[in-house]
Amino acid sequence: MSESAIQFYPERATARSEPWLARAIIIGLTMLFLTVFVVLPLAIVFVQAFSHGAGAYFAALTEPESLSAIRLTLAVAAISVGLNLMFGLIAAWAIAKFEFRGKSVLVTLIDLPFSVSPVIAGLVFVLLFGAQGTLGPWLQRHDIQILFAVPGIALATTFVTFPFVSRALIPLMQEQGTLEEEAALSLGASGLQTFFRVTLPNIKWGVLYGVLLCNARAMGEFGAVSVVSGHIRGETNTMPLLVEILYNEYQFVAAFAVASLLALLALVTLVAKTVLERHLDQGRQTRDD
Amino acid sequence: MTIELANITKRFGAFAALDGVDLTVADGELLALLGPSGSGKTTLLRIIAGLDWPDGGTVAFDGENALARGAGERQVGFVFQHYALFRHMSVFENVAFGMRVQPRAIRKDEAGIHARVKELLDLVQLDWLADRYPGQLSGGQRQRIALARALATAPRILLLDEPFGALDAKVRKELRRWLRALHQEINVTSVFVTHDQEEALEVANRVVVMDKGRIEQVGTPGEIYDEPATAFVHGFIGESIVLPVNVAEGRVWIGDQPLNIAAPNVGGPSKLYVRRHDLRVGSESVGLRGAVRHVRAFGAIQRADIAVRTGGGETVIEIDTPRDQPLRAGETVELHPRRYRIFAD
Repeated sequence: MSESAIQFYPERATARSEPWLARAIIIGLTMLFLTVFVVLPLAIVFVQAFSHGAGAYFAALTEPESLSAIRLTLAVAAISVGLNLMFGLIAAWAIAKFEFRGKSVLVTLIDLPFSVSPVIAGLVFVLLFGAQGTLGPWLQRHDIQILFAVPGIALATTFVTFPFVSRALIPLMQEQGTLEEEAALSLGASGLQTFFRVTLPNIKWGVLYGVLLCNARAMGEFGAVSVVSGHIRGETNTMPLLVEILYNEYQFVAAFAVASLLALLALVTLVAKTVLERHLDQGRQTRDD
Repeated sequence: MTIELANITKRFGAFAALDGVDLTVADGELLALLGPSGSGKTTLLRIIAGLDWPDGGTVAFDGENALARGAGERQVGFVFQHYALFRHMSVFENVAFGMRVQPRAIRKDEAGIHARVKELLDLVQLDWLADRYPGQLSGGQRQRIALARALATAPRILLLDEPFGALDAKVRKELRRWLRALHQEINVTSVFVTHDQEEALEVANRVVVMDKGRIEQVGTPGEIYDEPATAFVHGFIGESIVLPVNVAEGRVWIGDQPLNIAAPNVGGPSKLYVRRHDLRVGSESVGLRGAVRHVRAFGAIQRADIAVRTGGGETVIEIDTPRDQPLRAGETVELHPRRYRIFAD
């Protein structure tokens, strides 16, 4: 075949190439939707927060009530992320590396907090620890305060965020199997050495990914915390609860200032999530198979 | 280091993976466990390593009960079928791992570890790969790094699970020769598992043929090939021609035709096993004959399909004869088994 006989059809580069108009409409609609429903509200949070200038913004954030809410939110997030990191690791380990009866029930139970409305999760703790609740009288006799205090808030948050770490780890650990652990054991490593030198490094990006999502949800949780907190000002208000209270009292600058911190957290989480997902993908590609 | 296994049994649910296995591996030996998949060979290897525990039986290293020790305390180097290199560690750290996790009292210092890793990477001829990661290596390179890692703490026993299974044919041939040479150099008691008879016969000093959780035969490669102890071994190793016969009245019968060959002591329906190259055409008659169906010639030999009349009908066998002894389709030929075995059904 002579060279001149070869023809190119650049406009038909693939079988799926739609006319440019259709493409423009599809892409345009997506952009419009995202702008109106996601970007705009986020932008408004910051615009409202700074509507009376930076001075008012920082003044609102340094109010004792705000500072207390920020402190409480950080403390509760630290407790529930810590607990869920530990239990999530153990649960993922059990499910990915062992065979046992009732495993499928356990897998379903792990997802329960995702399918239950957070308000109900909060109510469960009220029924359990409240004055009229199952454990209430006993707790009162021993002067242990769980509801309307930090322990209750931490418990409710831990319940709601439980699936994140284990969900991130189970597929990863199942995919990796137990061969490397066996190799480490036969090379003379103890159980702990095997865990810290072989298992953990292999799942570290998955752990970070789970912790990140868990933390974002823990700081942002409203429903379950609202039920158990009691809304005591300067004591049991987390940031999301404080935003609602300030908003209801028409303190818009303060409400949006606190909300802007939560929005900022969301943005940081988004960026970190993208970075971590890239690491996870790379780990999969360079898998030793 | 000798390994003594006595009456090892292992079940997975209803499946008997090992069913009363007795085996002794001599010091410095290079032994192959050969068998089809599901024969229990890998389970046996993992029991020696301490990665699996038997349901019954004993494992002793130099007379000392090995079952009382965990995998990490047996001083056994294990090379996994898919290598199981630590993917997040460099080649150097992979090889150093066994030394780094040793108790402080016997652990080498950093300089000692460096020297030993270099020595091992030289041994497997891959010292230039020290800084790479497992994901960046070829299959053959990973295999050799896995071997270096297993040898790092000077194990008393080296176990290899399908060491060449995942490699392409050319690399496999090279590594076989290399493994043999390496074994001569370090002379550690070694056991490897394979389903490839050629690999077992070529590399090992002694071969254990397994089937369905039992040992069928133990012997040198020559013994296994020339004097197979069971029908399974004869059929599994080398190419066999199998004819149904009957042993009765001290004679071997094929259909209603007596054969002029020595009969075994056991009687009844049996199978006559002959290696393809041991079945000659022409010369003398022992009463075994067949009709030539089809002849194909290639190279120095011609291959013929021959129909032999047996009890229930006929069995078509395939034999090789030299080109200078032409066969024609339709003619009847005399078949003479130079060497053969008869196993009762």
